[in-house]
Amino acid sequence: MLMGLKRLFAFLTISAIAPQLFAQETAQKAEEGVERWGVNMTQGVTEVSRTTYDLHMLIFWICVAIGIVVFGVMFYSMWRHRKSKGYKAAQFHESTLVELAWTIVPTLILVGMAIPATKTLYDIYDTKEADLDIMITGYQWKWKYDYLGSDVSFFSNLSTPRAQIDNQQPKNENYLLEVDEPLVVPVNQKIRFLITANDVIHAWWVPDLAVKKDAIPGFVNESWTRIDEPGIYRGQCAELCGKDHGFMPIVVKAVPQDEYHSWLNDRAAAAAKIKELTNKTFTFDELYERGKKVYESTCAACHQVKGQGVPGAFPAIAGSRIATGAMDGHLSMVVNGSPNNPAMQAFGAQLSEVDLAAVITYQRNAFGNNMGDTVQPIDILNFKNK
Amino acid sequence: MAHGPKPGFTRWLYTTNHKDIGSMYLWFSFAMFLLGGCMALVIRAELFQPGLQIVQPEFFNQMTTMHGLIMVFGAVMPAFVGLANWMVPMMIGAPDMALPRMNNWSFWILPFAFAMLASTLFMEGGAPNFGWTFYAPLSTEYAPPSVTFFIFSIHIMGASSIMGAINIVATILNMRAPGMTLMKMPLFVWTWLITAYLLIAVMPVLAGVVTMMLMDIHFGTSFFSAAGGGDPVLFQHVFWFFGHPEVYIMILPAFGIVSAIIPTFARKPLFGYSSMVYATASIAFLSFIVWAHHMFTVGMPIAGELFFMYATMLIAVPTGVKVFNWVTTMFRGSMTFETPMLFSIAFVILFTLGGFSGLMLAIAPADFQYHDTYFVVAHFHYVLVPGAIFSITAGVYYWLPKWTGNMYNETMGKVHFWMAFVGLNVTFFPMHFVGLAGMPRRIPDYALQFADFNQIASVGAFLFGAAQIVFLFNVIRTVRGGRKATDEVWENPQGLEWTVPSPAPYHTFSTPPVVR
Amino acid sequence: MAISANAKTTIKMLALAVSMLGFALFIMPPLYDAFCEVTGLNGKTGDRYEAVPAAVDTERTVKVQFVASNNENMPWKFTPGVVEMKVHPGEAVDTVFLAYNPTERDMVGQAIPSLVPFKAASYFHKTECFCFNQQTLAAGESAELGLRFIVDPDLPPGVNTITLSYTLFDVTERIAKQTDNKKTDASPIERDSEREG
Repeated sequence: MLMGLKRLFAFLTISAIAPQLFAQETAQKAEEGVERWGVNMTQGVTEVSRTTYDLHMLIFWICVAIGIVVFGVMFYSMWRHRKSKGYKAAQFHESTLVELAWTIVPTLILVGMAIPATKTLYDIYDTKEADLDIMITGYQWKWKYDYLGSDVSFFSNLSTPRAQIDNQQPKNENYLLEVDEPLVVPVNQKIRFLITANDVIHAWWVPDLAVKKDAIPGFVNESWTRIDEPGIYRGQCAELCGKDHGFMPIVVKAVPQDEYHSWLNDRAAAAAKIKELTNKTFTFDELYERGKKVYESTCAACHQVKGQGVPGAFPAIAGSRIATGAMDGHLSMVVNGSPNNPAMQAFGAQLSEVDLAAVITYQRNAFGNNMGDTVQPIDILNFKNK
Repeated sequence: MAHGPKPGFTRWLYTTNHKDIGSMYLWFSFAMFLLGGCMALVIRAELFQPGLQIVQPEFFNQMTTMHGLIMVFGAVMPAFVGLANWMVPMMIGAPDMALPRMNNWSFWILPFAFAMLASTLFMEGGAPNFGWTFYAPLSTEYAPPSVTFFIFSIHIMGASSIMGAINIVATILNMRAPGMTLMKMPLFVWTWLITAYLLIAVMPVLAGVVTMMLMDIHFGTSFFSAAGGGDPVLFQHVFWFFGHPEVYIMILPAFGIVSAIIPTFARKPLFGYSSMVYATASIAFLSFIVWAHHMFTVGMPIAGELFFMYATMLIAVPTGVKVFNWVTTMFRGSMTFETPMLFSIAFVILFTLGGFSGLMLAIAPADFQYHDTYFVVAHFHYVLVPGAIFSITAGVYYWLPKWTGNMYNETMGKVHFWMAFVGLNVTFFPMHFVGLAGMPRRIPDYALQFADFNQIASVGAFLFGAAQIVFLFNVIRTVRGGRKATDEVWENPQGLEWTVPSPAPYHTFSTPPVVR
Repeated sequence: MAISANAKTTIKMLALAVSMLGFALFIMPPLYDAFCEVTGLNGKTGDRYEAVPAAVDTERTVKVQFVASNNENMPWKFTPGVVEMKVHPGEAVDTVFLAYNPTERDMVGQAIPSLVPFKAASYFHKTECFCFNQQTLAAGESAELGLRFIVDPDLPPGVNTITLSYTLFDVTERIAKQTDNKKTDASPIERDSEREG
């Protein structure tokens, strides 16, 4: 809090001196290819998104027309009927006929709007006969995608480097809208999304698909889409879900159907490979390097990049009792989560054995913890099956 | 009987005088307005450019939450209660409020509620960070420890509002001067009567929902936790059952103020008085059956979605009637444009713009694209800032000469108006654009394509903030002195408040006036 | 005279306020549950169904998908035994979910069902379900959790696929806390006893 105020004060001082500096800096950072000054809703790439856009524009123009009439009368009388021009006020103050007219006419206009809106809503609710079902689970603060009926299942994390967020590096084109693993889907297929959440309420939103649905822990919502054109479509979580609500983007990669199938097969093969790696013995350096990456994408959001944590909210890793204590306690905390603090999730099912081994090794040896020990993937597997 | 106020601080502590209490409400709400405004400026400063510059996400979330809570419960609602305290007895020819001691209480518990709420900023784990709508389970299982203090402060604010509302209902129903029939009451009194009923009906629902949270957090119930057989969506239904009438609580008295000011400066009686009353009543009624339009994306059966969409669209009809009535009141009037009139005209225009975006949001399929984006932020700031804040400001300028006996500085008032008007539009209009372009609300950092409009919005916010300093300065100057106001103040204004001297004596209408 | 009129108004208004509080606390939650039951909101399926013999509609086949997920901090392995099956409306079908507690402590789990599409929820009857009760698994224990259901022959014609999801919650703490609470002071509102299946 005090930190914040101090920084605010510093900011206000700086911005009072040279506000143009900031503008220039931002302009330099914004790379070519960012579509700036966007003012309207996207038409999107599905039939539903286009219908929604048309509906939006229809209502918009109706509002503009009403606005022109109402404000026209108002500005006319503000210009003509002023005392300074010597205009004498009329004294009329009632007319049942007029009141009746401006009750009935707007009602009719509303009915005119309601008809196409109702039709569109029925389309959006028609989840019948999907070609493909994908389960989407919102986590603090990432998304998990399960392709039902296959073994493919993965998490999708923000991939924008922390340094860009902290203004230590120039921001790239898809700043905050890029992930490590996009959701890959085929075009021209009806895809049904089953949407739920693991902890708090999230909302899965991709504007180009006109899909926005709340992800509610314990319950499943459904929605669907059929994408017309291959491409990459970006969205964000749309329901406040805690600290990193602004840092859990969605990327959907729509590809032709044959490409989708080969991707799906590759993913299944990759999953098998990870299983194989589980039996391999890694060197300390391999584990440490891999662990650093895993830490930064999975742990650093709460425990911070330097392991210092956030006092009062998230404990530090640096010098912590767990990370510098017995190995079993550390394994249990990461694999099964904290029995006392719901914020510390069970990562056993979220990360592969290899990644778990790597990140635990990293935590025990980074931030000055210097425990000097390592843990191998096979140890994790044994621990899980104990 | 006719004695003046006690000297010193105890005058304010023990006062049962409606004018004293009204003044305290107004000063308190202005202090809260500045506090909530500073939080808004922290938000806008952070959003000035992409990246995290000034605050971290956890503190940003505390700012958005506290900004919302303080503006709704600390600035807008107490300001309207303050205006009601000052004006309702004078408008209906009553000597004071019906329940003067309770009046003292309902004010004096408020500072404690807000001191408790503000103190959470300094607690371990920080202030509430789950948004002013505090959706479970983010506000229950995942909340910072300070949530308990938040719940209690909401309870106290609720008690204050309910007491204030009961007082207003009792005053209006029982204390009117002979001859002041219901359909002769000024519209400000009418809108407040309806608002008071809304408050009494829904503030207990808010108290209920935070009580359920408290039970879930500390006593092992599971109203909102699926694990124990509850449902987080139930929270949203109960909250918005309170929340939608609440937004009308913040706008109906504004309708009353504007309906008093426009006829005065148009020198022409209000057009369609009785239709205004019926429109207000039907808006209040409809507010109880539209709550789920805040939850279109939550996954409702299509029948529910359609019902709430149609009911919401229907609200446009009585609201439209009001706007048409104001415009027709101005039509063929003889207008002058003093500061209260400028704010009222800006109210009509900008509130109508907010109404248009509200109509767009009512269309469920389109709402799937608008929901929880900056388009929504733009919408409700367009209805609340020009709606509630501008009308309160207009009311203060309009009645300030009656309260203080001095005229405010007209030039400074106009400077205030133009700064606020430009600042407001520069701040909130671009939010429509970034919202439609896909920027979610409540995020501390954003993608690069939203940068330009956010920068403009931040500049506008600081201008709007500066305008309020001009306002404060003008009010203080007027309280301390200035050109003496006549008893009528304006040119032939309607209403009993203009028949008493300026400044209004400490006790007015000790003998009831005669109403023709 | 004025005083008594004011007192009357105050009492009436207070009564309104108190009844609205009661409405929020005691009427809205059960009303909402009833509403969910009728509309299938959030895919809540009803309580134990007393099987009424009905003709099996062999003409029609409905695809039933099973999905299992864990809520946060639930370390159990929890998977459907079969991910998908084709059933005829009217026939009673058995299936299982598999659960395994890999931790070193005894734990209690509660599965919460949710079914899409919502409009099918009231046509999906469970005659036996592990979700009617809490499940206790000792450290390292695994179990087959049984489910027997009937799809109602009156299922609306448009529905060809039903997805039943179970989310498994760790209620070990909650149970412990409740036992504590009951010992000291029974909380006035006990909604847990009114669990829906």
